[in-house]
Amino acid sequence: MQPFTSHTAIAAPLLKDNVNTDQIAPILNTRSLREDYKAMLFHRARRREDGSEDPDFVLNKPQFRSAGILMTGNNFGAGSSRESAVWSMLANGIRAIVAKSFADIYRENCLQNGLLPIVLGAAEADVFAAWVVAVNGAAPFTVDLITQRISGPAGADIAFDIAPADRTRLLEGLDDIGLTLKHMNEIASWEQRAAAAQPWLQTARDTR
Amino acid sequence: MPRTLFDKIWDFHLVGQRADGRDLLYIDRHVLHELHAHHGFTQLEKQQRPVRRPDLTFSVQDHTVATKPGRNDDTNPSGTAFIKATREGSRKNGIRLFDIDDPEQGISHVVAPEVGIVLPGATHAVPDSHASTVGGVGALAFGCGTTEMTHILATQVMVLKRPKRMRARLDGRLGAHVSAKDVALRLIAELGVAGGRGYAVEYAGSAIAAMPIEQRMTLCNLNIEMGGRSGFVAPDEKTFAWLAGRPYTPKGAMWDRALDYWRTLATDDDAAFDREVVLDCNALEPQITWGTDPSQVVGISGRVPDPAAIDANRREAAESAFAYMGLTPGTALAGLPIDRVFIGSCTNSRLPDLEVAAAVVRGRRVAQGVSAMVVPGSSSVKREAEAVGLDRVFRDAGFFWGESGCSMCAGGNGDRGAPGERCVSTTNRNFENRQGAKVRTHLASPATAAASAIAGRIADVRQLLAGAA
Repeated sequence: MQPFTSHTAIAAPLLKDNVNTDQIAPILNTRSLREDYKAMLFHRARRREDGSEDPDFVLNKPQFRSAGILMTGNNFGAGSSRESAVWSMLANGIRAIVAKSFADIYRENCLQNGLLPIVLGAAEADVFAAWVVAVNGAAPFTVDLITQRISGPAGADIAFDIAPADRTRLLEGLDDIGLTLKHMNEIASWEQRAAAAQPWLQTARDTR
Repeated sequence: MPRTLFDKIWDFHLVGQRADGRDLLYIDRHVLHELHAHHGFTQLEKQQRPVRRPDLTFSVQDHTVATKPGRNDDTNPSGTAFIKATREGSRKNGIRLFDIDDPEQGISHVVAPEVGIVLPGATHAVPDSHASTVGGVGALAFGCGTTEMTHILATQVMVLKRPKRMRARLDGRLGAHVSAKDVALRLIAELGVAGGRGYAVEYAGSAIAAMPIEQRMTLCNLNIEMGGRSGFVAPDEKTFAWLAGRPYTPKGAMWDRALDYWRTLATDDDAAFDREVVLDCNALEPQITWGTDPSQVVGISGRVPDPAAIDANRREAAESAFAYMGLTPGTALAGLPIDRVFIGSCTNSRLPDLEVAAAVVRGRRVAQGVSAMVVPGSSSVKREAEAVGLDRVFRDAGFFWGESGCSMCAGGNGDRGAPGERCVSTTNRNFENRQGAKVRTHLASPATAAASAIAGRIADVRQLLAGAA
């Protein structure tokens, strides 16, 4: 996983609540094991019915085409657990999402992939949203995970909270499997205990 | 100290704690499906890591499989690569696969309890947000992403922050033709699509006690639609009777021992929850969604709400939903002409769901101009339904009767509606474009969906059966 320390990029406002994974990474008619995650991101919202680009969609606007930070509302990433909804962000260079809140599974998928999910309180989120709208892609913002601050042109920094465990994972870009494998003795002894206490949990056989 | 059932299951499965403070929770049963499986197999191969417990891991083909009779790997070309990669990876890793032609193939959340893979008090994970469906038999289940799935394959544990506890008490008796789907939609309407975020939800109360296991699964299935991390019902004698004799359940003396333990699986009196909600189900009528998220719900006798009556925070979303759904505030839901009906999905595709729908359909015809389909949740459900002639009831009425899979729930297998169509669907998400570009989805129960297919309009099943429609 690519570590996250700080990220400087244009911030785009997608000021809606409950943006769901069907919108972020829709299931398309044609698909393959090697999907085009770049093209998948907001595939429907980016296009009009005739297939041409919708110039009104925020990420299609010239000033936001290279956006690397997304500002959004409540419950971002609701719906399916599909991780393509995170991979498609990364494929487009979006490495930080600032929201009022995230759906649980989506947030975890972000953390698993080095995408920083920042939650701001309602008041601060409104301040940041207004700032992003005012700057309108004219200059980049910086999201710094070491100092836990968002800074940008002509405005006061905004501090954000993140659980220390999540911060460490992102900063170090740690391999989650490798870290858990350090607990292999505990896992093996749990299995022994379970085999004694609830043996039916440690076997799953068709007994017909 | 008195403990909730959630805490009992969690504490038992707690393997340890990572240095970062998160819990390592052992996963007793892990079920993969073809949209994610190949990513995991490929990653593990690259990392040269084996699957730790192939014997506790299963895979299914469900999201992309065609529903046409005589289907094979290529019937839905967009699924072929996924189906083959899942087959190959499962074989290489020694994982039991419920393949496309397996007599027990089906939607993972239907198959796992049906064959007895999941058990009361067991932990369960699926790379799918509707994993907690199996909470209906008292299992603690978590939906996960692809990377988490790969982690579970390698370690058999999931790294989690302990969720908060919520109890949703559902009191009262459900009226005729009102089911768990209606209860769940009402609860989501009351709590909102993020009301359950961060919580493991225990569903309890007299309405739950009276509910058959399949309806409990419908309720737990929809837990994610209010954002819940997990959802379950404490197992009871009904659960044990339902599970007894299924292929993967313990047998003989082991069953008796398991049963003794399962009977202890309940929340202690006086155990504390972080949040308690109560819903009186006595006067509940059939429910249906009018908008584009599962909290935009009214009773079947209701009308599309007036934006002025909607909470300011939800007004903008409502207005965008009106436009997408082609509805104006004040319009009555019942009577709206429809183009399509879908009965199926992990939410409502088990045998009793199909029985309820068939009872409405029997001796009637699908209204002209309406495409209606039934897709059983598993090949076993399909076989059992055929054994009692339900397929004929549906076919005679003009329904398509399909092979099992996720089908039109998300359209991953090519089953989709046409732009502008209005569809009454027993699925779980009415998101824009989910069932096909510009398709307008109304979520409802199997009874309401069946009645609507017959009427050609959104219908109140109670009126249809009373001969009033």
